[in-house]
Amino acid sequence: MSRVAEFLLRRRGGASWHWTDIFTWAWLIGGVIMMFGPAIWLVGSSFKSPAALAEFPPTILPYVTAEAMVEGHDKPLPLYRVTGEDGETRVLAQLRRVGIVAQMIDPQAPGEIVKVNIAERTPVREISFATENYTEPFLHFDFLLYLRNSVFVTLMATLITLVTNSMAAFALSKYQFRGRSFVMLLILATLMVPLSVILVPLYSIISAMGLFNSLWGVILPTVATPTGVFLLRQYMLTIPDELIDAARMDRASEWQIYWRIVLPLTAPALAVLAIFSVVWRWNDFLWPLIVLSRKELYTLQVGLNTYAGELNVQWHYILAMTVVTMLPVVLVFVFLQRFITTGIAGTGLK
Amino acid sequence: MAASTIMKKTGAALVAPVGWLAALIDPPLRALQKATGLNGMAAFFLAPNMAIFGIFVLFPLVINFAYSMTGGSALFLSGRTYVGAEQYERLLTCENYLDKRSCVEDLFWNAAGNTALFVLFQVALMTVVAMITALILNRELRARGFWRAVFFFPVLLSPVVVGLIWRWILQRQGLLNYLLHQFGIDQVLWLTDRFWAFAAAIMVSVWAHMGFYALILLAGLQAIPKDLYEAAEMDGTRPARVFWRITLPLLMPNLIVVIVLALIRAVQIFDEVYVLTGGGPGTSTMFLTQYIYEIGFAQLIRNPGLAAAASILMGAVLVVLTLLQLAASRRNQNAGAAK
Repeated sequence: MSRVAEFLLRRRGGASWHWTDIFTWAWLIGGVIMMFGPAIWLVGSSFKSPAALAEFPPTILPYVTAEAMVEGHDKPLPLYRVTGEDGETRVLAQLRRVGIVAQMIDPQAPGEIVKVNIAERTPVREISFATENYTEPFLHFDFLLYLRNSVFVTLMATLITLVTNSMAAFALSKYQFRGRSFVMLLILATLMVPLSVILVPLYSIISAMGLFNSLWGVILPTVATPTGVFLLRQYMLTIPDELIDAARMDRASEWQIYWRIVLPLTAPALAVLAIFSVVWRWNDFLWPLIVLSRKELYTLQVGLNTYAGELNVQWHYILAMTVVTMLPVVLVFVFLQRFITTGIAGTGLK
Repeated sequence: MAASTIMKKTGAALVAPVGWLAALIDPPLRALQKATGLNGMAAFFLAPNMAIFGIFVLFPLVINFAYSMTGGSALFLSGRTYVGAEQYERLLTCENYLDKRSCVEDLFWNAAGNTALFVLFQVALMTVVAMITALILNRELRARGFWRAVFFFPVLLSPVVVGLIWRWILQRQGLLNYLLHQFGIDQVLWLTDRFWAFAAAIMVSVWAHMGFYALILLAGLQAIPKDLYEAAEMDGTRPARVFWRITLPLLMPNLIVVIVLALIRAVQIFDEVYVLTGGGPGTSTMFLTQYIYEIGFAQLIRNPGLAAAASILMGAVLVVLTLLQLAASRRNQNAGAAK
C-alpha cells in the first residue's frame, strides 16, 4: 500500500511536496467536481421517474422499485424482499398495506396471502432508465417544434453573420477609403451597446417591420456582430496585399478576389467565428423571449423556461429537455473547445 | 483530428451550393465595379453589415432617447406624447434616498440597489477565484489543456441551462441540502430565503463565467517573461514577494480588462438569475435588466417610456465603465511602448 502511495506521489527530480502542490491539486480536483458535477447530476437525474426524483436521500443512478405482474391482478405489484422467521429470504409482491402490516403474496404461488410487518420487508431495487422523459416531450409537447426553431435560428444567424461580417471585414482591411477608421470606430463603439440597453426601441422597430412573432425577428438584430467584424478584420490584415494586386493584374473582379482568394485564406478565423456564433445564438434567451409570444415559435431556451416556470413543475421532463438543450454545446466543448479557448486568449473577446 | 475533418467535410457541403450562387452574381458585380470603381466596391462590401447594424443597433440607440421622453403605453413613437424629463424624474425622485420605500418608483430603486450589491460581491469573488485558477493553471502541470478546459466548460452553457441545473440542485430537497445533511447541517432554503437566494445568484453566476476570465488572466500570465522568475529565484526571493513584485504588476493590464469586463457584464445580469429565482423571493434578486423587462414587456400595462429611461440610465453606467477600460488600456499601451 505504502509502495503504491510512494509511486503515485513520486515527483520528477525527486523534489518533495510543498503545500502549494497540495493546494494546486485540491483546487484542480475540486474544480473538476464543481464544474462537471452539476451537469453530471443533471444527466443522472434526467433518467429518473417522477417517483425516483421525489426520493430523499437521492441516488446518482435511477433506481426504481421492481414490479411484477401476478396472476389474477390487473396492475403490476411492487416486489419486496422479506426475511421470514426461518431466516430464509423470499421475494414477495405486496397487495396492500394496512397500518404496519403488509399483505403480500408469492408471485409463484399467488393463492396464499402472507401478512408481514412492514419493518421486515425491503423493496427490491433495480436500475431503470426512464427514457420516456426524453420521448414524451418530443411526442406530446411542442419540444420538437422548439428544437426545429432553435436549429433554424442558429444556422441562419450563423450563415448570415459569416457572410456579412466577412464582407465588411474585407472592405475594412483591403480598401483605402475616406471614413474607414470612422466606420471601424463606430463598429467597435457598439460593443458598449448591449441588447439590454436598446430593448424598447428595437422591439418597436421589429414590430414596425412586421417581424414580431417571427423567427427572422430573432435572427436579424443579432447578426451584425462587432466581435465578428473585428476578429475577421484582424485576420485579413495578415493576408499580403501583393496577392490581391496579382489577382487584379489577372483581371479578377473584386468579388472574385473576396470570394476565391480572401475567404479561403480566412478559413481559420471564420471557423472560430462560426463556433462562437453557433454557441451565442443557440444560447440566446432575452431577445427571443421578447420577440416570440406564440408558443409554436419558441426556441428551446424560451420553451424550456416557460415549462420550468409553471406552477407545477414537471421536473422529469424539464431535466431531460435541459440535457437536450445542453447537448450541442457539450459537443462543441468536447470537439472544438481548443478553438474557442485560443480564440478568447488571443482576442479577449467573447 | 477527426473533428476537423468532419468540419471540413460539412463546411465543403455547405459551401458548394453557395459557390455557384457566388459565381452567378459575379457578372452584375463586375458591371457595378466598372461603374463605381474600387470605392464603390468598398461600399458594396460594407453595405449588408452596416445596413443591419444601422437598423438594429444605431437607430434604436438614437430613438431610445426619444422613447425615454414620451409617456403612455403606445408602442410606436407616433402614438406617444412628449412628457419631457418626467420619466427620469419618476425614476429618480425619493423623499429619503436611504429608504427605497420612500421613492416614487421603489421597484427601480430596489433593482438598482440589488444590482449595485450584486456587482460589488460578484466581481470581487469572480476576480479572486479566476486569479487563483489562472495562477494554478500557469504552474507546470501535466495535461494543462485538460485542466483549462475543465474550468471553461460552464462558460459555454446557456443561461437557461445554468439556471435550471442549479435550481434543481438548490431546491429544498435537492442535492446540496442532502450533502449538507450528511455533514449534519440543517437544510437551507437556498431559493426561498432572501439572503441565500441573493448569495446563490452570486455563486451561480461566478460558477458560470469564471472560466472565461481565468482564461484571459492565464494568457497574461503566460506572456510574462520566464527569465524574470529565474532571476528572482537566483536572488532567493520569497514566492509571496515574487507574486506582489513581478506577477501582479505585469498582469495588471489583463487584470483591469477582467475587472471591467466583469463589471460591465454584472451590471446587465439577467438570464441565469431570472431562470434560477425569477427575481424572488419577493423582489430580492430582481436586477436592473429584469426591471426593464418587467416594465417594458412583461406587465399587463406596459410602460415603454419608463423602461427606456431606465435602460438609458443603465447604459450611462456602462459607457462610464467602458471609457474607464479604454483609458486604462491606453495607459497600459503607453507604458508598454515606454518599455
